[in-house]
Amino acid sequence: MNILEAKGLNKHFGGLAATSNVDGYIRKGEILGLIGPNGAGKTTLFNLVSGALKPDSGTITFKGVDITGFKPHKIARMGIARTFQSVKIFSRMSVLDNTRLGYLFGSTKEKEDKADLGDADAILDFVGLSGLGDRRAIDLTLANQKRLEVARALATKPGLLLLDEVMAGLTPTEVAQAMELVKKIRDRGITIMMIEHVMKAIMTICDRIVVLDHGEKIAEGTPEEITCNKTVIEVYLGE
Amino acid sequence: MKTRKKRYGSIISYIVLLILLVLMPVFISSSSYKLIFVANILMYVVLTVSWAMFSGPTGYISLATSAFFGVGVYSTALFSAELPLILVILIGGIASFCLAYLVGSITLRLKGMYFTMFTFGLVELIRNLLHWYEVNITGTVGRMVISPDATTIYYTMVCIFIAVIFASYLIKRSRFGLALQGIGESEDAAAHTGINVTRVKSVTFAVSAFFMGLTGAAMSLRWSYVDPTMAFDISRSFMPVLMAIFGGMGHLYAPIAGASVFSILEEIFTTKFPYYYMLLFGLTMLLVIRFMPLGIEGIIERLLKRKNSGYAEKS
Repeated sequence: MNILEAKGLNKHFGGLAATSNVDGYIRKGEILGLIGPNGAGKTTLFNLVSGALKPDSGTITFKGVDITGFKPHKIARMGIARTFQSVKIFSRMSVLDNTRLGYLFGSTKEKEDKADLGDADAILDFVGLSGLGDRRAIDLTLANQKRLEVARALATKPGLLLLDEVMAGLTPTEVAQAMELVKKIRDRGITIMMIEHVMKAIMTICDRIVVLDHGEKIAEGTPEEITCNKTVIEVYLGE
Repeated sequence: MKTRKKRYGSIISYIVLLILLVLMPVFISSSSYKLIFVANILMYVVLTVSWAMFSGPTGYISLATSAFFGVGVYSTALFSAELPLILVILIGGIASFCLAYLVGSITLRLKGMYFTMFTFGLVELIRNLLHWYEVNITGTVGRMVISPDATTIYYTMVCIFIAVIFASYLIKRSRFGLALQGIGESEDAAAHTGINVTRVKSVTFAVSAFFMGLTGAAMSLRWSYVDPTMAFDISRSFMPVLMAIFGGMGHLYAPIAGASVFSILEEIFTTKFPYYYMLLFGLTMLLVIRFMPLGIEGIIERLLKRKNSGYAEKS
């Protein structure tokens, strides 16, 4: 069963086609990787799915409901949570309050198959921030700030989690921990779509990968298929 | 334990303040000047606290205080002869609430400076519109107000003061307040966390305007005559901002302290130095921003911290 489907998504900024005619789907329970060179339209696609941007044309269906053009808060309440490429935490609030906000506002609507990880405290434990609840968010290390963003997203009890470069800027050890966390989240029944530049991570944990370039989908398949795909190699290494 | 003790402490100090305010007329019953002087301080306190209720956590600097105050003033001007006092004042508050909700839902998409400029323009717009209406349609500029005695005005202000403190406290402690803070930190993240950003902002803006409207309706009772220039005086938009800077915005007591001290200073400056009180004001603000950037609150918190660190090095 597909949890999310996109048909013919177009988004232009002036003359630039950020995404053009993108079709795609995500199966329930999988980890979908989204890769492509800088400016390929990966984050734009996230913004379209999460409601930050409205597509010029095309439709997005989440669990069978057409959510095209819905406001971000509505989409969040329906069960699509996200993190940001540049960390956007509530920096002067405590770690616990950051998470509580997601819990209080995002999880209000009844979601029949929500993955309930418990209350804010339990979620902090789950992402590995136990004992740091009283800290101000801005005082955390970058790795922990990214964890906090994930915790806040999880607190909304999402069915689909969009992770925008959660591993960028982390040390190799932290990347390994982040990979563990992503797998752990999937094991709780949450479908994941992730943008990542850390190839080792994406090739190891993704079930399927979609490659974007200049706003178009140029390839799609399992990690093995993608590594052998001629177009993808050309895009990344030149012809 | 410590925080609970602290909370009891602050509740007790609010109760003491309240008893003092209620008993005030007994002490100074002979002087309606003094009573109005205290009511005037309360007016600034209410304006500042309600301003900080919205602008403090969200960081949207509103200069529309005078617009909502003026709407309250005109509620008094229109209805004080016909309706009972409490109804007149409530109409002032509700009219301001509606105006703010309408304006808020249209303009709170504007960020930073643009929002501030718009709210500034709103005051001028309403003032000029009203002026035009009065001159061309009603044929007069000003209106008469039926004034009750000073004690009534005073107690009305005390009631509004209690209400605004209570509302402010409730908002701060509720999930609504947490959402406001989130909006102030990162509006995008707040929206994607499930917060209906536009609604939360508009409602809070409207609630803060409600109290400004109440205050306008109550305070204009002593004016006996109002016209658009008096009602929509732009300085009433700037004063709460300055007072909030002066006091601080982190705790509830901070804008109260800021507004009280500042309005007492204003009274002293304008009566003792009528020729250069503006100069003294400017100088005071400069010194405050230079030497106490966090306002009165900054000093108090530093003192409290020093006192507490003597006992234990916790948190």
